[in-house]
Amino acid sequence: MADIVSPLEPVYRRGAHGDRDGGSAVTLCETRPGSIVQLAAWPGREDAMRAAIRDATGFSLAQAPGTGHAEENRSAFGFAPGRWLVVDQIEGIGETLREKIGTDLGTVCDLSHGRTAISIEGEKAERVLSKLFALDFAIDAFPVGQAKSTAHHDVFTLLQRTGADRFELYVYRSFARSFWHLICASAEEFGYTVE
Amino acid sequence: MLIACPYCGPRDLSEFTYQGDANRTRPNPMSNDQSAWNAYVYERVNTAGDHREFWQHSGGCRAHLVVIRSTLTHEIKSVAFARETAK
Repeated sequence: MADIVSPLEPVYRRGAHGDRDGGSAVTLCETRPGSIVQLAAWPGREDAMRAAIRDATGFSLAQAPGTGHAEENRSAFGFAPGRWLVVDQIEGIGETLREKIGTDLGTVCDLSHGRTAISIEGEKAERVLSKLFALDFAIDAFPVGQAKSTAHHDVFTLLQRTGADRFELYVYRSFARSFWHLICASAEEFGYTVE
Repeated sequence: MLIACPYCGPRDLSEFTYQGDANRTRPNPMSNDQSAWNAYVYERVNTAGDHREFWQHSGGCRAHLVVIRSTLTHEIKSVAFARETAK
């Protein structure tokens, strides 16, 4: 098993930061999933791909855009027409999916090394993300499990809501350190803890 | 300006990339009809009103879209996936 080397390592400072008056209103964490796998269905094979995702992960994803599910250590969600992301703390999920998903159905692309996963949790999580992204973060507009693709300037970001006040963010590895500085600076005024 | 992506819902203009006039038709790549290529490359209808154009949701789901936009008011009349509607 290879060691995971994080692009955030030189700037990742565990502990409490920012305005300490009211304690920490958000907690930031690099979650380091062992597997981040992107699936793409050929046009017309979307339903078959969702069935294959259900076979492989147990997550039954609805047809609606951005539908997803999340559990403690794994999740799956749609983020574009005919495209899904499957994330698991365990390594090697790409191989499992490749066995279930033939080339007649679509493609399986293991991005575990190419994305950095950051979680943000806490009472001000919505507020911090609202500073970065032009999205409606209210729970009615962005329910638990739902995912959205967006960008902060050119930093393309996938967001999934995994709890009432928790979001998982996936950014390109090469942008991750810059993005981390940005999200820390954005959380400064509320006080934040890095886990 | 908001564009209602058929997948993502209404999103800010800054997430989208304009990809040009969707009224023109590309000649057959094997064609050596100079006037057809000239029309495809250079001639535009320059509509004052509803204009059919390609956009990409490049800062989102990356889908290519066909948008009908009024060039007078910027009102977006319709948005659809290009793969379903492109000529």
